[in-house]
Amino acid sequence: MRQLISALAVGLTLAAPAAAQTYAVTNGRVVTNTDSGILENATVVIRDGDIVAVGTGADVPSDATVIDAQGGWITPGLFAPYSQLGLIEVALEGSTTDHSAGESPFSVALDVADGFNPAGTHIASNRIEGLTRAALFPSTGHNIFAGHGALIDTSGAADSLFQSGSFVVADLSQSGASEAGGSRPAAWAYLEAALADARGYPGRFAGDHEGDALNRFDAAALLPVARGRMPLILQVNRAADIRRAIRFQEDNAPLQIVIAGAAEAWIVADELAEAGIPAIIDPLQDLPSSFDTIGSSLQNAARLHAAGVTVAYATLTADGYFNARLLPQHAGNAVANGVAWNAAFRAITLTPAEIFGVGDRYGALAPGYAGDVVVWDGDPLEVMSAPTAIFIDGEPTEMESRQTRLRDRYINITDDTPFAYRD
Amino acid sequence: MKLTASLPAAAALTAAFALAACNGGSEPSDNGGTNGSDSGDGEIVRINLDPYPSTYRPRPSGVTLIRGGTVLDGVGGQIDNGDVLIENGRIAAVGTGLEAPEGATVIDAAGRYVTPGIIDIHSHLGVYPSPGANAHSDGNEATEPVTAEVWAEHSVWPQDPGFEHALAGGVTTLHILPGSANLFGGRGITLRNVAARTVQEMKFPDAPYTLKMACGENPSRVYGNRGRSPATDMGNMAGYRASWIRASDYRDSWEEYWAEAEAGEDADPPTQDLELDTLMGVLEGEILVQMHCYRADQMAQVIDMSEEFGYQVTTFHHAVEAYKIPDLLAEAGSCAAVWADWGGFKMEAYDSVRENLAMTHANGACAMIHSDDDNGIQRLNQEIAKALGDGRRAGLDISEAEAWSWVSSNPAHALGIGDQTGALQEGLRADIVLWSGNPYSTYTRADQVWIDGALSYDRRNEDLQPVRDFMLGQPGEGEQ
Repeated sequence: MRQLISALAVGLTLAAPAAAQTYAVTNGRVVTNTDSGILENATVVIRDGDIVAVGTGADVPSDATVIDAQGGWITPGLFAPYSQLGLIEVALEGSTTDHSAGESPFSVALDVADGFNPAGTHIASNRIEGLTRAALFPSTGHNIFAGHGALIDTSGAADSLFQSGSFVVADLSQSGASEAGGSRPAAWAYLEAALADARGYPGRFAGDHEGDALNRFDAAALLPVARGRMPLILQVNRAADIRRAIRFQEDNAPLQIVIAGAAEAWIVADELAEAGIPAIIDPLQDLPSSFDTIGSSLQNAARLHAAGVTVAYATLTADGYFNARLLPQHAGNAVANGVAWNAAFRAITLTPAEIFGVGDRYGALAPGYAGDVVVWDGDPLEVMSAPTAIFIDGEPTEMESRQTRLRDRYINITDDTPFAYRD
Repeated sequence: MKLTASLPAAAALTAAFALAACNGGSEPSDNGGTNGSDSGDGEIVRINLDPYPSTYRPRPSGVTLIRGGTVLDGVGGQIDNGDVLIENGRIAAVGTGLEAPEGATVIDAAGRYVTPGIIDIHSHLGVYPSPGANAHSDGNEATEPVTAEVWAEHSVWPQDPGFEHALAGGVTTLHILPGSANLFGGRGITLRNVAARTVQEMKFPDAPYTLKMACGENPSRVYGNRGRSPATDMGNMAGYRASWIRASDYRDSWEEYWAEAEAGEDADPPTQDLELDTLMGVLEGEILVQMHCYRADQMAQVIDMSEEFGYQVTTFHHAVEAYKIPDLLAEAGSCAAVWADWGGFKMEAYDSVRENLAMTHANGACAMIHSDDDNGIQRLNQEIAKALGDGRRAGLDISEAEAWSWVSSNPAHALGIGDQTGALQEGLRADIVLWSGNPYSTYTRADQVWIDGALSYDRRNEDLQPVRDFMLGQPGEGEQ
């Protein structure tokens, strides 16, 4: 492994001009997430940020920096379909969080892109565990709408937020009902009224008229959702709430709904599949932790896959700002409970990218895809495996975080150098 | 037989045994202990130390031979192609080539792993049960910063479905604590993970009581927000110290009373005080301190305080910065119970590193995993796998056999039950998990779990999968 790291260090020093760099990751088990499946002893060639060749017979270009995977695994970078990376630094310190705004006069129009901090220290500690892309979720404040979500990469670069206005999040579970005034009927009435306000924008707001649910600014922000150009992510868990969401989509074409949480989705799996509604679930959610999730089951993932539902996995039972990096463990447990390995790995890579409309650029290893490549020292879904090298947009990234710096400072406890004078 | 206890494991175990010897015994100390010396004089007022006694009765144990598995014994040993024999609820033999007694149930464990049952030293199952409901939020008596008088066992709801999920994850013993809102949160209780109607039926027989204490942000936030003390770290320390002074006086007054009464003098007993009973039990070494503390500097100050008042902190819980002070922990004889990779949720959790458990262990302190979570408790084998993998990548040489002490013998000793469970050793309770494969793999699951030799969970037999009353008639009934 040390050889690999030093090979990468050479790569880093050579990387001065970001453009026109070529890398070949060789000698690994390549998970393509395409019809090619898994290729043994294969090579991935990256040029100018993109993947240009994948295969057992792929030629290594003469100008390529070679990264020898030494028989490890080579996969697309992980894509977290739910995260708050760069939005929360210390969850209990309100001065360091930008995911929710309970005091704001606005709701739908709140855009997490304006709060994202690419220098947040948890971004690197998630990246070095293999996470290269993530959806950023706002949290609800004072009503059912949390605001607009965005998509990021985990390079920490100034331009790492690569898409904003990616989706709108609303909570239609028990907590949303509480925010809407105290019941599910109140939450759905508010959602119906809000959608009508958006459809009526801007005419309804001419003169002094206000929306029934939304102000002018929020109604404008919901218009792309009403027109089906931006997905509406509904946080729901109870089977009855999921059925209501399915009906809501039917009644409001061309609305596109994605459900998140979805603890009891297995009960309505066939209806979800028929409606074409994707589900973002946590395969580890098995406790009846609330009356919304009494039907939680470790079989949720396997049953949804079997029914043909589009399923992505998230770390909902952990968190999204510090431990989105646990995606492989959550996916591995789905495998332990009956999901095929390829389906589980897809659920933390290509499927999230597809749900957010970027499945033609991220989540697979094939020519034309971005050079988001992770080299692992073993099966990525095994808890004892870890990445040894990570590329984002075709560039190698540092395998260091604030956490690894602390580790290195304290691992030799008997060294005489005072701790604060160590690296 | 291959026994591979390496040096760090041995050092950690020594520390844990020292703890058990110091704090786990129930023998009276020189000056009479919590209840004075037993003079046989019925008129002398005594404090009832066990008013809610365990009524736990093990389910019948058969004779079972688990044959040909990879045995991790929980104290650093590994036996390939090993056998474990269960008789009368106890481990009768561990080795290779054991003969099956007549009538024994023989289980072929080839290709599978056999370990001691998992012990979680930090759980709130029952006191914060599923489903979360206002009526069941029974873990924090957050009305006063010092509530050493409350006992977690009086809040445990035995019908929490979380218990059966933990069982499916191989948990055979768990320690239920009050929450961390208070400086002194109350007594904890060690339970067998058995389905029962009452908490008394779950209580681990003769396990010592524990006292939950809390450092740092939680007490100062909870009470500071109400405009009262403690509002700061220094207020926290003042609050503990004032209580220990009162507890010392209380102990002196009882000892004076017992001495006079036993000498035949006419003496009035002090008024019994539930709060001070618990603190006195700590000063007498009968009640084990389990203290929530994140930061290295705060743990160091608490260690000084324990020396000021003459007690020991058995275990620092969460101990996110234990890796910074393994030397101080080892010197104090205090263990660290930690997560594999939680952090970031508050300032005192900001310096979390994934190598905390492995570094603390390898640098000479007693360390173990804990869950503090109804999800995490279901996969503590995976939690130590992460810690082991990260530790090895950092260059620490720790075997799988050694790391199993993090879920078995180390928490057992830190709970004062290390002479009862936590290892596959002859004579101990037969608390055993048979895993479908290597338990350090994500894909491995507990196939069968024995508690006191009784097969209590079987992944392939629904008749051996307990279902709590709450789940009957619910959409999730019988779901795992």
